[in-house]
Amino acid sequence: MKKLLVILEKEFRQVFRNPSIYRMVLIMPVIQLLVFPFAANYEVKNVKLSIVDHDHSSYSQKFISKISGSGYFKLTSYQPSYMQAMKSIESGAADLIIEIPKGFEKDLVKNNAASMLIAVNAVNGVQANLGGAYAASIIRDFNAGIRANWIQPPAFNAQPAIEVTSSNWYNPTMDYKIFMVPAILVTLLTMIGSIMAALNIVHEKEIGTIEQINVSPISKLQFILGKLIPFWILGLVTLTLGLLVSWLVYGIVPVGSLGLIYVFGMVFLFTLLGVGLLISTFAETQTQATFVSFFVIMLFMLLGGLYTPIESMPGWAKLITKVNPVAYFIEVIRMIILKGSGFADVKVQFFSVLALGVFFNAWAVFNYRKRS
Amino acid sequence: MIKEIVIKAEGLTKRFGDFIAVNKISFNVEKGEIFGFLGANGAGKTTAMRMLCGLSIPSSGKAAVAGFDVYKQTENIKQNIGYMSQKFSLYEDLTVKENIRFYAGIYGMGRASAKEKMNNLLVQLKMSNEENNLVKSLPLGWKQKLAFSVAILHQPKIVFLDEPTGGVDPVTRREFWNLIYDAAEKGITVFVTTHYMDEAEYCNRVSIMVDGVIEALDTPSNLKKNYKAASMDEVFLQLARGAKRSSD
Repeated sequence: MKKLLVILEKEFRQVFRNPSIYRMVLIMPVIQLLVFPFAANYEVKNVKLSIVDHDHSSYSQKFISKISGSGYFKLTSYQPSYMQAMKSIESGAADLIIEIPKGFEKDLVKNNAASMLIAVNAVNGVQANLGGAYAASIIRDFNAGIRANWIQPPAFNAQPAIEVTSSNWYNPTMDYKIFMVPAILVTLLTMIGSIMAALNIVHEKEIGTIEQINVSPISKLQFILGKLIPFWILGLVTLTLGLLVSWLVYGIVPVGSLGLIYVFGMVFLFTLLGVGLLISTFAETQTQATFVSFFVIMLFMLLGGLYTPIESMPGWAKLITKVNPVAYFIEVIRMIILKGSGFADVKVQFFSVLALGVFFNAWAVFNYRKRS
Repeated sequence: MIKEIVIKAEGLTKRFGDFIAVNKISFNVEKGEIFGFLGANGAGKTTAMRMLCGLSIPSSGKAAVAGFDVYKQTENIKQNIGYMSQKFSLYEDLTVKENIRFYAGIYGMGRASAKEKMNNLLVQLKMSNEENNLVKSLPLGWKQKLAFSVAILHQPKIVFLDEPTGGVDPVTRREFWNLIYDAAEKGITVFVTTHYMDEAEYCNRVSIMVDGVIEALDTPSNLKKNYKAASMDEVFLQLARGAKRSSD
């Protein structure tokens, strides 16, 4: 115990003497939290729209003004033909073409039916899907609008209709940022946990001081705890800072317990530090450690439900997310902050992360060799 | 008077795959002796030393350091030895004082006795004015002297020095060897590898390793007599010329 204190004193001195640690722990998280939530946004806006109007009637004009007034589309060009509109998609000047055929108004008035063509650039699938759906729903709305003008409503509703009203729980304004900020906080802790302690240990290998430690009576557990504890505390500082930023900048106040977030955060950091430690026992140089850490972080994040919902992943990928601590914490922190979930709701995730933490740390301690 | 034997090696061997780095070396080192361990680059000196320090597990053979077995009792060995590796082993981003305090602490020295030791040491090294400076700001020679003093701070029975004076100027080397003599006088056994043949002359006994094998082991004067050489340099050249391993 006394030796551990000696080691901790030395580690803390070195940490506080290293200016890059301040940058990583204090400045980098704030910048990421300020920038990412605005950029990592799935709301589809400003879809570039090109219109081919063969009809030039008052209805086609009404329709065009309705769609360009919707806020989702930006009317970038009128093209005389479909072929030319296609060219503007190819050149990137348009994402979506709406072609209004000749006789659109006439058909609508006389035959009670008219057709219209929507062509979407589907290179970005999400944008294409949503853009196409928005356009279709605007057309539907336009259609219903004309009908309401023409037809006198009957005294009785001939066709009973089911009216669907949806209410958005937990994030009533469907603000994407409220969904993303807590998850980005998790990614910050992931970086600190899995890279910083790993680099620190490998640095001692590189400069050779680890030999001096290995030839001393320090046990490997003491050495490893001496490396973990400072970064564990730094991780909690980052978590605090992140929660402050999300409150001050985004007005996010956790609905659930702050204490639960911290308890989960502590276990999560323990697990990620174990991952970093394990990497450091394999890596001989900081370059190696950085590359391996990056690979692991990318894997954790892409399979962590940060950008894409885990529910829509294929079966094998879902299996991987079961051993991904990042996936658990992203899920849980959203549950606690947005829904106010309590411990009972997140206990499966809690014990899964704890078990992973014990596993990674035990492996790392086992793998750390004082002798070769 | 029978001298106490503090290092005993018998057929100590280390293999890395097909390569035999250290091939069945046997020797004894007595208490208080300055034992020079010579050999060209790649001869196996560092590997042999690492086995004795408990950093490397021998492939075969026997060895005991300070009476403890190198296979099973490495933690006991570690409490009884000091080690100064080829790479500089102090923390450059800590001050002189912080380094001393750290190494004193990990050998279980209390604050008070560590402080007293530190003050004596700083006076002896004439470094009292530097105590709050970062180690990286010190000249190399000073760093090496400090590293040696830190390695024997906990008064080990044996101190292992792996090329401690590499890259150090002759004056500082001389001073460094004075520190080694002081340590030996206090009863600390010194096990030292070196490339400098003038340093070999300072040792009580010298072993010369060629291609993983100890080719010669005796006092410097006997070695010169046996090989009809005027200096240790000539002895070394006669032996090392036959080496097959290329230097690294």
